[in-house]
Order: sequence, then C-alpha cells, then structure tokens
Amino acid sequence: MAASSTLPDDRGRFGRFGGRYVPESLIAPIEELEETYNKAVGDESFSEELSSLLREYAGRPTSLYYASRLTERLGGARIYLKREDLLHTGAHKINNCLGQALLARRMGKKRIIAETGAGQHGVASATVAALFGFECCVYMGEEDMRRQALNVFRMRLLGAQVIGVKAGSRTLKEAISEAMRDWVTNFEHTYYLLGSALGPHPYPLIVRDFQTVIGRETRAQFKEMEEGELPDALIACVGGGSNAIGLFHPFLSDENVRMIGVEAGGRGSNLGDHASRFEGGLPGVLHGTYSYVLQDDDGQIALTHSVSAGLDYASVGPEHAWLRESGRAEYVSCSDEEALEAVRLLSRLEGIIPALESAHAVAEAIKRAPKASGQTLVVNLSGRGDKDIGIYREKMPDLE
Amino acid sequence: MSRISKTFEQLNTGRSRGLVVYLTGGDPHPDRTVDFVLALEKGGADIVELGVPFSDPVADGPVIQCASERSLQAGTNLAGVLDILRRIRERSDIPLVIFSYLNPVLRYGFEKFTEDAATAGADGALLTDLNVDEAGAYMEQMEHRGLDPVFLIAPTTSLERIKTLSQSSRGFLYLVSRTGVTGEQKSISERAIPLVERVRSVSKLPLALGFGLSERKHMEEVAPHVDAAVVGSAVVRMIGDQGDEKSLPSRLTALCAELKAGLRLDTSTV
Repeated sequence: MAASSTLPDDRGRFGRFGGRYVPESLIAPIEELEETYNKAVGDESFSEELSSLLREYAGRPTSLYYASRLTERLGGARIYLKREDLLHTGAHKINNCLGQALLARRMGKKRIIAETGAGQHGVASATVAALFGFECCVYMGEEDMRRQALNVFRMRLLGAQVIGVKAGSRTLKEAISEAMRDWVTNFEHTYYLLGSALGPHPYPLIVRDFQTVIGRETRAQFKEMEEGELPDALIACVGGGSNAIGLFHPFLSDENVRMIGVEAGGRGSNLGDHASRFEGGLPGVLHGTYSYVLQDDDGQIALTHSVSAGLDYASVGPEHAWLRESGRAEYVSCSDEEALEAVRLLSRLEGIIPALESAHAVAEAIKRAPKASGQTLVVNLSGRGDKDIGIYREKMPDLE
Repeated sequence: MSRISKTFEQLNTGRSRGLVVYLTGGDPHPDRTVDFVLALEKGGADIVELGVPFSDPVADGPVIQCASERSLQAGTNLAGVLDILRRIRERSDIPLVIFSYLNPVLRYGFEKFTEDAATAGADGALLTDLNVDEAGAYMEQMEHRGLDPVFLIAPTTSLERIKTLSQSSRGFLYLVSRTGVTGEQKSISERAIPLVERVRSVSKLPLALGFGLSERKHMEEVAPHVDAAVVGSAVVRMIGDQGDEKSLPSRLTALCAELKAGLRLDTSTV
C-alpha cells in the first residue's frame, strides 16, 4: 500500500478516480495553475514563506491533546484530539488558503474567488485576501448563508463580497458551480481558491499537500507523547475530505494505522436525506472529477442533507474514493443526532465546543472507543463550534 | 459520409454559411421539442444541437440553466431526449448532435448511449465536460456507431491542443468565441475571428463559432470567416419566454430566418 502515497499519476488519477473533466475553456487556467504549483513545490523560498505564515500568522503547530475525561467516560480506547480548531479563523481551512494565496500571488492574480459551505473556507479565503491585498468574492448557497449567518458577516467584515446562490438545494454544490462559472469567465485576473480536496486535477493534489501538515505534526507529536508508538486509528470527518486527507496521508505507509472517514448520515437513508456518498452513491463526474456521487437513476446529481453545511455535498474527494476502493481507509457515517450528542459530550467533558463537521468524527470515536480498550484513537478536531452556536441553540432547547 | 459532413459540403457550394441551433430537449415539455426543431429547420437551421438537461450545468449561463431546470421539471432524462430525437428523425433529415454533460451519459452507460443514439438517428455528440485527454475509449465507441465526436476549442486553447482536438473531432469543430459560460452578448469578442484563423491554419474540418452570438448583425460579422454560426441562448430564451404560446414555432421559424439571412454571402465575399 506504500505505493498509494505516490498518487496521483500525472493525469491526476488515484486509481480510476480523479482526472480532469472540465469544459475546454478551463483547460488553460488549470494548466497555468498546475505549472505554477509544480514550480512552487521545487522552490525552497515558497515552502519557507508558507511555513512562517503557518507558524506566525495561523498559529501552527496545533496541539495534540489527550482527552482524558472523554477517554475515562467512554472506558475504552485512549482518545487524542488534533486541535485544528485552535488555528486562526477556527478551522483547518486556513492551511490550504495560505498556500493557495501564495500561488495566486505568484500567478499575478488580483482577485480570488471561493465557494463555501459552512463558511469556514469562505472566512479563511476572505482572511488571506485581506492579508495579501486581493479582492475577494465568495459564493455561498442561500440555505448555507441562513444557517451560517455568523460566518457571512465575518467574511463581509474581512472585506469580502458574499454572493448568495439560489439554484438547486442552495448549498455547497451550487456554490461550486457558480464559482466555476466565475472562474471560466474571469480567470485572466482571478484565482479560484478551491477549499476541499475536490475538483479537477491538480486541485485534489494541491489541497491535500497543503493540508498534510496536519498529519505530519500529528505523527511527530504522537510519537513524542507515546514513546515512539503510532496511533491505532485516525478518525476524521469527510465532506470533500480535505481535513481527513491531510491527517491520513502522512500515515499511508504505516500499515498498522487504521483510517476512518466519517460522512454525514443526515436524517435518514433515503436519497436526499444524507451525504453518505460511499453508501448511497455511484462513481460519476461532478465538478471536474470522477469519484463517488449521489445521483438519481438518470445521472442527475441528488440533493443532500446534513445538519452540517460543511459535509452537505453530493461528491467526495477522489483520493478518498481510491483509499476506500483499495481498502486502505474505511468510511462510515454518523447521523445529525449522533453529531449533536457528540457536541454536548465534548463540550461538557473537555470544555471544547466542536464544529458540527468535526462533531461527526467525535461521534464515531464515541461509538468505537468503548469496544477498543488498550487502543489509541486520534480524532481530527478540524474546527471550532462558534459558527454553529445558532444551530446548537435551535437544536438544544433544553439549554435555553 | 455523415449527415453533418454532407450538410457542410452542400453549404460549401451554396451562398450561405451554416446555422447551427442549440435547444434543450424537453424544454418546456418533451412533447413540444419536435415541433420546435421542425420550425427551426423551416427557418433555415442547418444543424440542430439537442441538449440533455443536467442538474449542474457549470458551463452554462442563466438562460440555459433555466432551460435545464424546466426540462427536468417536466421529467426529461437522457432516454427522453433520445426518444425526442427519434421522433424528429421520423420527420426530418436535419443533422442532429446530442449535447450533454458527461454524468447522465455515464449513468446511462456509454456503450448503450452510443448504440441507442445511433439507432434513434443522431449524427454526433458533444460532451461538454469530456476533456479530450480523457476521451480515448469513448471516441472509439462513438466512431464504432458512426457518431461524430465534436469537441470545443476555446480562445485559450494552445495550438498543440487545437491539433489534437481537430484530429479527435469528426463533422465539425465548435469554436467558443470567448471564455466564459453560454449566453447572449452585445458584441462579438475580439478574440473570435483570430481564433477562427488560428484553427483554420491547422484543421481542414468545418468550423462553427458559438457562445454569445445572438443577432443578425453578429451573423453578418462572422459570415466571411466561419463555416457556421451557433446560436443557443437567443433561441432558448424565446422558448423560455413564450414556451406556452401556440405561435412559438412560427416565431422560432422567423428568428432562424432572420439569423440565416445574416449568414448569406454576397458575391464579393464568396
């Protein structure tokens, strides 16, 4: 399985997944991005500048925290939390945004556009735009603007324009479509800052590479805390899958480390009630990549539901599709309700209010830990819950 | 020789450039598309591109997005578009090109798609998000069934890629006049005619220019340079605005006649 850490191939393929399925007009901008990225990777000054931004601006390294009270309560596996929620802007998204902002500057672009679901990527994009002096425009489904209103205001405060998207389910899928339309029209001066390990090659590669700092730190920190050992399992939520691939990738060659991705089980198993792409979807093409896609019998993309806007998407990053098919990682789902229970438990026991997305990973750890005595689990706490307080108030009336 | 090639051969000896018209199959209802196509042909359309509606048309502007929504609302799917196509073919010999995003075709099954499309009487297919680099196996299956694969070329496409796209296409090449999504524009992009000339220097295929062309004056402007002009959003907008009106077919005929008049060549430019 060590070979999988060398993927994608030069056509952007992870096994049969990935690739570059875009209208011809987008080929030139994508090739420009690919060329810029390949040059940047080989340039020491690029990685040095990124490292210092991550350290001094974003607040890396984030801690790996042993959650003793949660561990004690569950009475099984020892649980560690990778604290991406402590980063500037409150989630792992800033790792990728700083990297891509450096690419945008290299390409001489003056304007960045982004899509956002939960608003965390939108906030991180607006943040780097402010930092680098770019004009910034964020596309967001109107339903997501409603449920993540706080983040909409944050983006505006940071100087970004937030454009509501009315089409379809008014969530992340439509926001990506609209961002792609803007990009194809304005790419000469506009950089598309894609927020997850999705889309046409080389985005899944670029986003993953900028997020693997999560896994590299985790690996070193865990070894230091546990006398050179590695964890038994890694758990992360998977919308597009950027926080998960960032945690998993540096462990791909460590055959004894299990990897568990957690999708949004939503409110039920019918199409339209969840975002469990692996259980309910089939391979197909959406937004430039070949991966698992929730779709109807006619190949129309299905609507999705999750209480968590960041996991509410009909497709999944192609590398996850490959990791699942090759058996290297496993994918499960947690329901809205389980995620909300996890929010309560983590808040009460550890004094950490997680984002709804990350709460799906915590929920999976809560399920597994009691049956895994003697093992160690690392959960990627990819974001903090401040943005979700409105939803928590609505869903937990007993606390009002 | 395919219907498409024959059409361009005839156009070559005539006094007019070709008019290629796009409309979304099943918009606003599957029962109406056949009449619309016949009306377009009557007005002078030489080739019709029949769109398959898709939930997430990333290459399309608002006009064609709305057409997709209306068509999906009416229950249209790929099988439905093939049925429309079969019914058109019963009444007309006009070349028909299926225009689709890839996913509905993959879900239907590519091989079955090529077989059923050919049986229904389709002449070609253009798959918007099927990048030519990913298209090898698909092109073979299309050619096996006698369907012309048609690819897009953009103003930003490199000369090397233009050669690949030309070698991979049959029937004609679809040149995108400007970067961006489909939709009407006031004027034609400055990049359009240089693009036509660049492609002409490396390809012998007929060249159709589209994206943003919607009026007679646009037709007049491009006629000296292209083999055909493609009009989509202007027709689709008329269908969207007047879809329920009985007089719509005659208006579509009139629109096509007006556009086609702009593609006529006077002797000085032949």
